[in-house]
Amino acid sequence: MATMKRVPDRSGRFGPFGGRYVPETLIPAVDELEAAYRQWRGDAGFKAELKEYLANYVGRPTPLRRADRMSEALGFEVYLKREDLNHTGAHKINNTIGQVLLAKRMQKRRIIAETGAGQHGVATATAASLFGLDAEIFMGEEDVRRQALNVYRMKILGARVIPVTSGTRTLKDATNEAIRDWVTNVRTTFYVIGSVVGPHPYPMMVRDFQAVIGQEARRQVIKASGSLPTHIVACVGGGSNGMGIFYPFRNDPVKLVGIEAAGLGLESGHHAASIAVGEVGVLHGAMSYLLQDEDGQIQPAHSISAGLDYPGVGPEHAYLHKSGRADYYAVTDDEALAAFHQLARWEGIIPALESAHAVAWVIREQASLKQQGARVLINISGRGDKDVDTVFALEQGDQGQ
Amino acid sequence: MSERSGSEAIQAAFMAAKASDRAALIPFFTAGFPTLGVLPDLVKAAEDGGADIIEIGIPFSDPLADGPVLQQAASEALAQGTRVQAILDLLGQLPTGIPRVFLTYVNPVLRRGYVPFAAEAREAGMAGAIVPDLPWTESSELARAFQHQGLALIPLVAPTSTDKHMRALKSAHGFVYAVSVTGVTGARQGIDGGVEAMVARIRQAVDLPVAIGFGISTPEQARRLGHVADGVIVGSALTQALMAKRANPAQAVYDFLHPMRLALDSR
Repeated sequence: MATMKRVPDRSGRFGPFGGRYVPETLIPAVDELEAAYRQWRGDAGFKAELKEYLANYVGRPTPLRRADRMSEALGFEVYLKREDLNHTGAHKINNTIGQVLLAKRMQKRRIIAETGAGQHGVATATAASLFGLDAEIFMGEEDVRRQALNVYRMKILGARVIPVTSGTRTLKDATNEAIRDWVTNVRTTFYVIGSVVGPHPYPMMVRDFQAVIGQEARRQVIKASGSLPTHIVACVGGGSNGMGIFYPFRNDPVKLVGIEAAGLGLESGHHAASIAVGEVGVLHGAMSYLLQDEDGQIQPAHSISAGLDYPGVGPEHAYLHKSGRADYYAVTDDEALAAFHQLARWEGIIPALESAHAVAWVIREQASLKQQGARVLINISGRGDKDVDTVFALEQGDQGQ
Repeated sequence: MSERSGSEAIQAAFMAAKASDRAALIPFFTAGFPTLGVLPDLVKAAEDGGADIIEIGIPFSDPLADGPVLQQAASEALAQGTRVQAILDLLGQLPTGIPRVFLTYVNPVLRRGYVPFAAEAREAGMAGAIVPDLPWTESSELARAFQHQGLALIPLVAPTSTDKHMRALKSAHGFVYAVSVTGVTGARQGIDGGVEAMVARIRQAVDLPVAIGFGISTPEQARRLGHVADGVIVGSALTQALMAKRANPAQAVYDFLHPMRLALDSR
């Protein structure tokens, strides 16, 4: 297999994707951030400090283990990478610890972030508290209402949650508002983006901070099974857990499979499958695939899983799709919900609804994967405790009909 | 219509204002707010009120450089079903008047394609465009398409802009849009004290007119900044005036702009 070209290039491009589509005011800020990141990422002191926090605060390495009953039921080998066992319950904290450490090195006292369901907001508030910095978290008013407990979690951690009332009042609008705040307070503020999206250097930097998932998994899966897996499967909203596990395997003979949210079905128009729809555009500072109408207006996304409910996708995923290095498929709300229950029964692990999308694809493709003699590694990006209320309410509602 | 290019029409408008020893007045409206149908009347009222150039916003769903007022105008315009084609068609039917430039975001432009959009904009009688989320480092392809049509892709400069950016202005056309503050659009009480220094830096870098925007709301602010720059841009405050007087938007535009023009005249 040919070695992948190093991306992004100097201008932040992953092939045609990525770049920096932000107001001029922010260009010096992203330049400053890129220079600081390139300086510190190679610094022995920075690397040692990050490693220590990941080990003794986050709880890394996270386990990787063969899913015995699932493997037996499906007729091929399945391994699970347990990002659900991180502090705060998902992979998000790998990135927020990295970015907040960088903010500290850059002597920025104020941290801002966007959040959808609140997982990235909680992970940012956690990191800000750990380092004694002020955090303000932008969250769509609609999400504030739907995710009251996460709002309270952020408050407990000392962060200020700012409800966003513009547009669709969800994640994309929270991101717009965070960018507006950054434009205004650019000299003092560090913007902690939660996924592999945004203007360069964010997609690269977030990928690098999340790549610890794949670096560990590669060692662990070889140790546990004696060889590389045939497939690595991860859910993709913005795509940070996916890039994190894919990246260290990019030059290996391993199929990389990203699973988008098909919501109520691709034909219904209510989904979050930007790559499946495949229309190129610019949102939140980067060129990638988007949900948009004929005029380029961004369309609202839908998924049962709030973490996948985003109308765009990271530019490196767009690049992996276009170059054919990774394959992307979409899984519906119903399939994800079934997989959520199934994994709980097979393995005693309640996955996040996001991660359940990856599990659902593996179940759906059972016949073909079995025939190939597949050894599948699934990234369980987060735990499902946060979704238990949603699933409960949904199922009560169904019974009531 | 004479075969003057869009860039030339913009320059001529600034020169005419300069000839009467004043700064040019540049109002902004969002197409589709309060309705698309009223746009021709707003353009006429702006001309009567003393505008020299008009910026027309193509509304975008995610206007990340705009403050609450212009966000609301764009959402209302889109909620009413304002389409890009309808804006182009309507503008194409207007009589020739003072130069008009688009203000929009990169995605609606990209969606039509840079080259087709440039051709359509020229056919609609436009002289150029401002795209606030297309910084100079990403703009060469659209700039080429615009140049081919004689249109100006108007660059923005911010208080944080670097010398490298200033040097890149040498290849620009039309005028330079100087952003008065680090922030989003919206009326403000005060204007950043560093604006004179920024305008001086721009003038050192390029021989184009400089217009100041972001936060200008009163005739007094316009008069003061009219001493600093070659043009003043008013968007959010004008839109607020429109919001306050929806029943007669053309009158609201005239009533807002005319005192501002008098203030610029009386420098």
